Amino acid sequence: MTHTTHNFSPQYMESVKGDLVNEEEFVDILEERRNSSDLGHAFRTFSPHPYKGAPSCSTADLNKAVLESQYLRYMAKEIATEMGSSVEEVREEATGILEEMSQNLQLGFIRLMGYTVSKMSKRLFSSINVNMEGLNRLQQAIQEHPVILMPNHRSYADFLVISYILFTYDIPVPVIAAGSRKYLFGPTQQMNVVNTDLNENISGTHCPYFSLYFSSCHCKALAGMKMVGEILRRSGAFFIRRAIGSDKLYWAVLSEYVKTIVRTGFAPVEFYVEGLRSRTLKSLTPKLGMMHMVLEPYFKGEVFDVTLVPISISYDRVLEESLLAHELLGVPKPKESTTGLLKATKVLQEDYGSMHVNFGRPLSVRHLCQGKINRCQYNLIPRDLPQKPTAEAQACVSWLAHLVVRIQEEGSLISPWSLMACLFLQAPTTVLTEEGLLWQQLTEKTLWLRKLALDFGARLNWPEKIPDLDVMASSVALHRSIVQRKAGRVYLVREEEPAGKRPISAEEGAFRTAAAVLMMASYRNQCLHLFVRPAMVATAIHIAKTTQRDKIFPFFFFLQDLFANEFIFIPGKSSQDFEEACFFLKKCAAIDVSQQEVTVSDAGQEVLSFLRALLKPFIDTYQVVFRYLCEDGVHSFSEKQSLPAVRNLATKLILSGELYTYEALSSDTQKNVLSALRRLEIVTKSRVSEQNEFRVNKDAVRRIGDMLSGKIPPQPLHGPPGTRL
Amino acid sequence: MASNSSGSSSDRQRIAQQRLRIIAGHLQRPEDGDSAVLSAECKGQVSKTDEEKTVPKRRQEIMKWNGWGYSDTKFLFNKKGQAEFTGKRYRLSGMIIPGLKDWMEGTFGANLQHKSPATPVLTSSAVQPPTINEAFVEEVKSTGIPFSHDAEDRVFRAHGHCLHEVFALREGKIGRVPDMVIWPNCHNDVVKIVELACKHNVCLMPFGGGTSVSSALECPPEETRSIVSLDTSQMNRILWIDEKNLTAHVEAGIVGQDLERLLNESGYCTGHEPDSMEFSSLGGWVATRASGMKKNIYGNIEDLVIHIKMVTPQGVIEKSCQGPRMSTGPDIHHFILGSEGTLGVVTEVTMKIRPMPEYQKYGSVVFPNFEQGVACLREVAKQRCAPASIRLMDNEQFKFGHALKPQVSSIFTSFLDGLKKLYITKFKGFDQDRLCVATLLFEGNREKVLQHEKQVYDIAAKFGGLAAGEDNGQRGYMLTFVIAYLRDLGMDYYVIGESFETSVPWDRVLDICRNVKARITRECKDRGVQFPPLSTCRVTQTYDAGACVYFYFAFNYRGLSEPVHVYEQVEHAAREEILANGGSLSHHHGVGKLRKEWMRDTVSSVGMGMLKSVKDYVDPQNIFGNRNLL
Repeated sequence: MTHTTHNFSPQYMESVKGDLVNEEEFVDILEERRNSSDLGHAFRTFSPHPYKGAPSCSTADLNKAVLESQYLRYMAKEIATEMGSSVEEVREEATGILEEMSQNLQLGFIRLMGYTVSKMSKRLFSSINVNMEGLNRLQQAIQEHPVILMPNHRSYADFLVISYILFTYDIPVPVIAAGSRKYLFGPTQQMNVVNTDLNENISGTHCPYFSLYFSSCHCKALAGMKMVGEILRRSGAFFIRRAIGSDKLYWAVLSEYVKTIVRTGFAPVEFYVEGLRSRTLKSLTPKLGMMHMVLEPYFKGEVFDVTLVPISISYDRVLEESLLAHELLGVPKPKESTTGLLKATKVLQEDYGSMHVNFGRPLSVRHLCQGKINRCQYNLIPRDLPQKPTAEAQACVSWLAHLVVRIQEEGSLISPWSLMACLFLQAPTTVLTEEGLLWQQLTEKTLWLRKLALDFGARLNWPEKIPDLDVMASSVALHRSIVQRKAGRVYLVREEEPAGKRPISAEEGAFRTAAAVLMMASYRNQCLHLFVRPAMVATAIHIAKTTQRDKIFPFFFFLQDLFANEFIFIPGKSSQDFEEACFFLKKCAAIDVSQQEVTVSDAGQEVLSFLRALLKPFIDTYQVVFRYLCEDGVHSFSEKQSLPAVRNLATKLILSGELYTYEALSSDTQKNVLSALRRLEIVTKSRVSEQNEFRVNKDAVRRIGDMLSGKIPPQPLHGPPGTRL
Repeated sequence: MASNSSGSSSDRQRIAQQRLRIIAGHLQRPEDGDSAVLSAECKGQVSKTDEEKTVPKRRQEIMKWNGWGYSDTKFLFNKKGQAEFTGKRYRLSGMIIPGLKDWMEGTFGANLQHKSPATPVLTSSAVQPPTINEAFVEEVKSTGIPFSHDAEDRVFRAHGHCLHEVFALREGKIGRVPDMVIWPNCHNDVVKIVELACKHNVCLMPFGGGTSVSSALECPPEETRSIVSLDTSQMNRILWIDEKNLTAHVEAGIVGQDLERLLNESGYCTGHEPDSMEFSSLGGWVATRASGMKKNIYGNIEDLVIHIKMVTPQGVIEKSCQGPRMSTGPDIHHFILGSEGTLGVVTEVTMKIRPMPEYQKYGSVVFPNFEQGVACLREVAKQRCAPASIRLMDNEQFKFGHALKPQVSSIFTSFLDGLKKLYITKFKGFDQDRLCVATLLFEGNREKVLQHEKQVYDIAAKFGGLAAGEDNGQRGYMLTFVIAYLRDLGMDYYVIGESFETSVPWDRVLDICRNVKARITRECKDRGVQFPPLSTCRVTQTYDAGACVYFYFAFNYRGLSEPVHVYEQVEHAAREEILANGGSLSHHHGVGKLRKEWMRDTVSSVGMGMLKSVKDYVDPQNIFGNRNLL
């Protein structure tokens, strides 16, 4: 990656025509900030070109339109009947919900936000790199159709940085769907029930941007932090309550609110299609509720088109890295009690390397949905009438959501560190913690992997003008919280022992190792999307023990189906995914492909075994969960019971040496297994109550386990239509 | 409609007097129920009445063979480079239109230096020799009904006015044309022709005014039988007027302008005024479910007809009485209305007439934007107080209308115009690129008209509308009849265009207008059209539950190798967009062959089955083989 040394000022930007700027060219927006006044920046003239489709309206007008909408009228009547209350009462409640939710874009607060972010970013990051061509395209797109900004979600800093960039480059700042768990989870979408129960803990600690200024705030929910909430609200964020799946009125207000913003082109809308911040840095299965809301105005002809702009944010080092690992283990971080301010100050003292924000090509929903949705289906009923989306609409929304996440993946930049993490994790854990990995071996292998990644079409963030060894050394230095390099070897760093000095148990030791491994794994996960398809072909070849193409593909298909909650695969694209994976493997001379055969070349063994090893921790974890589910005692269980039980089983297996990967302790992967089994209707809900109880079909679980280990050939896994690949 | 007011007043008087003389002759004729006598008589009249008909048998005598309307009337750029409208027939005739050149250059990027002239004359050698069914021709000869195999006659009846049809003619390209043209003079002539056609297995295609815009008159290329165009233009008499019940019994070949003129002479009108009324015929209206601009007062064609007589291969279909409404199973008129010439020939129609309105007043309202304008029309419809006509043009059409202003005679008028513009844009803050205008036509007695006018203007004011004068209103209606002539001018300078329509529920009007216009613009761009197209619409009719929307679309095709193909693709996409936005396949143009592909989705498979089974019963041999609709 080349960093341009041009110092593009926003004014200069406008005169740069699209074709002059290389698509790959990223500009460090902090450079300008380091050379001129932050106050001047915050108080510069902000005059973006807005959407030209409709005259602009005020926040008050917007809210009025929402409350007076026919849709909310229908809903209020319906809810009033159900609840036995009066329509007026329901409407009053709706007004309250809207007030709590609605954003209130104010330039003054955007300036304050701009100033704050300037200050903070310069301390945290060495650079914030943005592709200018992407910004140019965005600026154009915003004038033409309602735009939906769709960033991936890796840190709490994500949406601030995006608003900051848009402010800097005179592009209308978006209204942002901000909130916490379940916020994108509509009543229409039941797929990820198991996946949404983590306690998303937003305290000052994890959010240095907010806590520095409002250090005394110690509230659990973002909107609850009154001051911060207000600042964010006035910078364009609107807040979404947790657990709204069941609250019909809340859902109705939210959906009408979002749709009205899209219909009127009030401002770009920004939301995280992944729903949550990814704790694993791996893309999450998209949530469809919000996606459906922003697409519906197009489906129903209320706008000519909607433009989706995927945004890929990549961090060299994530602010929340250690918190994430602990959350994954389901254990609180030790010594959590220190004040938010202290912790935040600590965060601010660290170096987080650079950050890349890649604005993807604007996608026309109209273009993408051609042949996928028949808009005539809305002709015979009032469009405002509350209705369940049709299977066709749901499939289309799901497909688009998956597509966007894939584009986010492809647009993200892969760091040298991520490649190193892949290799690092393939060494036995004892080597990492005790003997250390030979530095020379690691660097040589990393350069080999760099070539492979490039063969697979990766966007690498590998500085060209710096010697390779220095690049790798500085990567390791940046991540001294995880690895330590001494005497030609590299070691995994485990957290300091708790102050009590009492001897730690074997379990505690395993957890400490696991925390470090999971941190490392999340950096590996940053590049997993690049390798996962070829890795599945490699695994299929290995387990199916055949060269016959028509036997390898079913296994590949089986893996994609089983791991659909783990990795992002676009529904209905398995054959192309397989072809593409084979193409890449052929390109790097690992395999030879003919009409009937897929044969592994001698040179290919190294590639294939690397790829298999990449997938192995996941396969092992799935098998551990399968094993738990098949245990005698387990008949029906709740999620609350199952996770600790799986964790205990995995710990036992690790300590006994039967299981090698500490990644099996990741609650995220464990939940994904349950989600997959729910999707495949092997685990079914047995009781509808506060505590969901699940029943498991043990024979089916055993069968899948046997397929996965190659004992029996893969059979099609039958899931409910629409969610299948 | 404009043609009423067309021509100078002295012209009008002269023509009216002449008509009156002839009509008096008709009315003195004893009205005899015996059709045989009538039939015998109708033939005798041919020579007598020939001179007074607007439409002669040889249409080429007064009409263009490869463009719209009268041969003497057209737009052209004179030596000074100014646009001029020739002839004497219309209000705009003989006038200079100073703004048109700039508008054409600005809107389409057209250039007066770049001409795309039409082939000047029709060469008979370009026309395929006729396929003659000798036995049929022999028997027709014995009936004495006039017919022709002449190439020009046949070409004139082989097309409507779709863009691709006119474009091909201008290039001198002639496809399959009828092999023979026949001019029945009355109902009984038609009965004979249909009998002979069945006997000899000849394909019959009824021809009325030839104003179709649905490819309805295109000869099916796969048709191997002899195709006979049955031209109804000579069946054009008002057979009687019933002043007690206010009905008139009329032969179906009469064209709109003759019908209105003749009725006016007796102090009546039908009030049915489709934009094509100068040339379109009563039978054509029935066969396509036509709609007139003043339907708010008089109703659409289905509301106007009391009795229809149609000749089918199975015989004549008609009702036994003239009751104003019946509960006698499905209304058989509705098999006929919209049948598009696939079941038979409509020969005679009894329709409602009204005393001529005492007072007419045009009007117009300027709105700050199209959204407000639509909201106003919706409110007018809700209050059921729509004037005879109310139409809302979008901003592009407003500008278009403006470009068609004839040269003003006095400095004072232009000064006034300037003041008006200043008032609306500067004082009222209307954005010139957003404002739009509604044109109005009120009819009735003077007092009521003024009262009605106030009511409508009061509603308009609630939506930010400003009254903008009678002149603007009248000019708006003028646009509808000159637009077809303008298309010919465009085609001389690489600009091709067309109009199409739909009907749509009220809540979707704005969405459909925006989306269809945007779709046209995008499709043109995607297909390599170099200049942004003219993509504009107007709301032309209001109903309780929705409105009729009319789109115009035109573009400069320089640089395109297959302009008509591009045009057709764009029109197809626009229709898809209409349907996806909840619009109908057609409000009044009909289906023809152009929109056939969407019929099944439109009426459901069972609906298609019903229509097919009617066709199979009525016309098992497919004598009426124009292949429209189904």
